[in-house]
Amino acid sequence: MSGLSEFLAMGGHGPYVWSAYAITFVVLALNVLEPWVARRRLVSEEARRRRREEV
Amino acid sequence: MNWSFFHKLGSPKWFYDISGRWLPWFVLATVLLLSVGIVWGLVFAPQDYQQGNSFRIIYIHVPAAFVAQSCYIMLAVAGIITLVWRMKLADVALRCAAPIGAWMTFIALITGAIWGKPTWGTYWVWDARLTSMLILLFLYFGIIALGQAISSRDTAAKATAVLAIVGVVNIPIIKYSVDWWNTLHQPATFKVTAKPAMPIEMWFPLLLTVLGFYALFTVSLLMRMRVETLRREGKTRWAREALEKMS
Repeated sequence: MSGLSEFLAMGGHGPYVWSAYAITFVVLALNVLEPWVARRRLVSEEARRRRREEV
Repeated sequence: MNWSFFHKLGSPKWFYDISGRWLPWFVLATVLLLSVGIVWGLVFAPQDYQQGNSFRIIYIHVPAAFVAQSCYIMLAVAGIITLVWRMKLADVALRCAAPIGAWMTFIALITGAIWGKPTWGTYWVWDARLTSMLILLFLYFGIIALGQAISSRDTAAKATAVLAIVGVVNIPIIKYSVDWWNTLHQPATFKVTAKPAMPIEMWFPLLLTVLGFYALFTVSLLMRMRVETLRREGKTRWAREALEKMS
């Protein structure tokens, strides 16, 4: 356990290292999620338009 | 020389088909390169004898800064192709890459600021490297805003292309800022042409995360371009069929 807490502490630099990695992870994830959400929205818009045309 | 590939490149349907086949491989490369590189960099790489463990921020800071600058060069090239050959796909690439480049510049700036605190004793200084990177962020904002402000697609394509080409002058300024001016920022640790300025067990994970960031950039760019292509080609039959298949 002391090995893990030592690792997390990063010799006193823990807050700097982990905040930098956390922010980066969130931004990278956002860059993949955003187009994924946009695609789903486009698909559902198109499906709605098609249903309207069929009626 | 056979130029037919160049005309195919302009075809949205061709791009949509081929990018769909490439995408899973880039996803795989991203996951492998980033997971191995980051675990290696955080856990197994030795700590720096001067900076201790704070140097581990390098494994995200340097890749983000690389991609941020390469992405801008790509925008300028896409801008030239848009102006000279009117290739639709180049404009799609330009518009879709700009937000990713802005986010990469943001990562480079914010991780650099966090790294600066324990290393230099300050989050920010107005030195050449940091300021020119901030200008890069504003250039990206300018391109995104310009593209959204102009409703005519042709005019927007031309205007963003011109801004992308003009702004590329900032890229050599960023690159040589650490040599031309006195700066707090350390000189390049990662060069293609020279032997690495760091031990191999520190350098190799950096190589992995740099490649991983490029792979992730490609994944995000292809995903955005595919959505944008479907949106622009919404009236054609193949695009409608592709959308129908997905619902």
